[in-house]
Parts: sequence; structure tokens; C-alpha cells
Amino acid sequence: MKIYLPTPLRPYADKRSVVDAPGATIAEAMRSLTNQYPDLKGYIYSDDGNVRGFVNIYLNDEDVRYLPAKMNSPLHDSDTLTIMPSIAGGSNR
Amino acid sequence: MLKIPREQFDGLRAHGEAEYPQECCGVLIGKLSDGSRVVKEFIRCRNSQTLMADRRYSIPAEELIAAQRRAREQDMDIVGFYHSHPDHPPQWSSHDLEEAHWFACSYVITGIEKGRAGDTKSYVLCGNDEETKRFDNEEIEVLTEVGA
Repeated sequence: MKIYLPTPLRPYADKRSVVDAPGATIAEAMRSLTNQYPDLKGYIYSDDGNVRGFVNIYLNDEDVRYLPAKMNSPLHDSDTLTIMPSIAGGSNR
Repeated sequence: MLKIPREQFDGLRAHGEAEYPQECCGVLIGKLSDGSRVVKEFIRCRNSQTLMADRRYSIPAEELIAAQRRAREQDMDIVGFYHSHPDHPPQWSSHDLEEAHWFACSYVITGIEKGRAGDTKSYVLCGNDEETKRFDNEEIEVLTEVGA
């Protein structure tokens, strides 16, 4: 299972853009990722242990939030996960 | 510093004019080189804000995924983003900072005055986390050489 990391997360993962993280479910793969690189936890998870609202996790092209089993969705060897912080903003006009 | 070819620079400004009076938005892909973000391509994105799109923008996640994939296929990275401020200066806002999460990336803003592009400014998201993040001013170098 490969997890692709966006630019802002790479400093916490030895500058890697992709990490091998085994797991039978998305939650297990994410746990493997943060076990390998504990400094990622603070960016991805809030203090209550939930994924931060601005952090999107994609299983292939599917937003994990919209999968029936969400973080407990099963993974296959050919699947990839992508972590993608949101982009938004606007003027104070 | 943000280094961007003239064609890309003019293109993202034109995007702001085309979307006026709504905010435009997009992704900058390129490479990091000697501490500078060097843009090779800009990707126009859809502003998914349906309310107050004249003062808010949001890039759909699926378009971010596509941009990330495109960058990866060309051995490049997402190095920044751009958007416009219709009838407002290109100064980052409190909302821009609150919604910024891509550390060490450029956030380029073009002020669009009555439909015409005005100044374009760039800011780098600095800091270590959500509590300490800030925008620092970033110089823009527009590259005019062929093959830049």
C-alpha cells in the first residue's frame, strides 16, 4: 500500500513523497504511516484523535469520508492513498 | 522567491479577469530550486464556492488530486496556489490565512479592479503548525527567457 504525501507533509517524513504503509484497512495503513513517521500525527490528527477537517484522505479517487466504511474500508495491494490538505480562502471585502 | 515564466504569470492574471466578479483559483506546479519555487505550469481550477464566490474560493478536492497526479507524472510538485481578489487589494486576508495549510508553498493573489488585473503579490505560508502559521511576503521574479 502506497500513501502519497503532499509537499507540506514531506518534512515530517524524511522528505518522502510516497511511503509504503501496510494495512488491511485505511485506518491500519494510516497507523502504519504515523508509526513510521510520528511527527505526521500533529498535522493529520487533532488532539481528540480525529482527522483534522482540512485534511482530505483519498482512496484512489474516492474521498474516504464518503465511503460506506470510511476509515475501516478494506484495502487491496493495488490501492493508493493520497493525503490532500484543502485549499480555500478569499478576501475580507 | 517565486520564479514564474511570463506566459504562466500572464495566464493566471487573465484567469482572474475572466472570472470577475467572482474569485478565480488554481494550482502552481513546478520544482523547488535553491530555496525558490520555480513554476512550470499553472492549472486553472473551478471555484466550488456557491455562496459569496466574489469573496471566497475553494478548490475542489478532485481537482487537487488531478493536479497532484499531473505534477507527479512530470516529476514535479505542487509548489503553490493562486486566486484573485475582485475589487480588493492583493493582500492576504484573515480568511486566507485561516484556510491555508500548505506550508512552504506560495499563495499568489491578484487584485482585479473593475475587471482588469492590478497588482499580483505572493506570500509563503511559514511556521510549524496551525497555531504558529503566518504568511511572509515573497518576491516574484517573472522569467522572460525562452526555455525558462
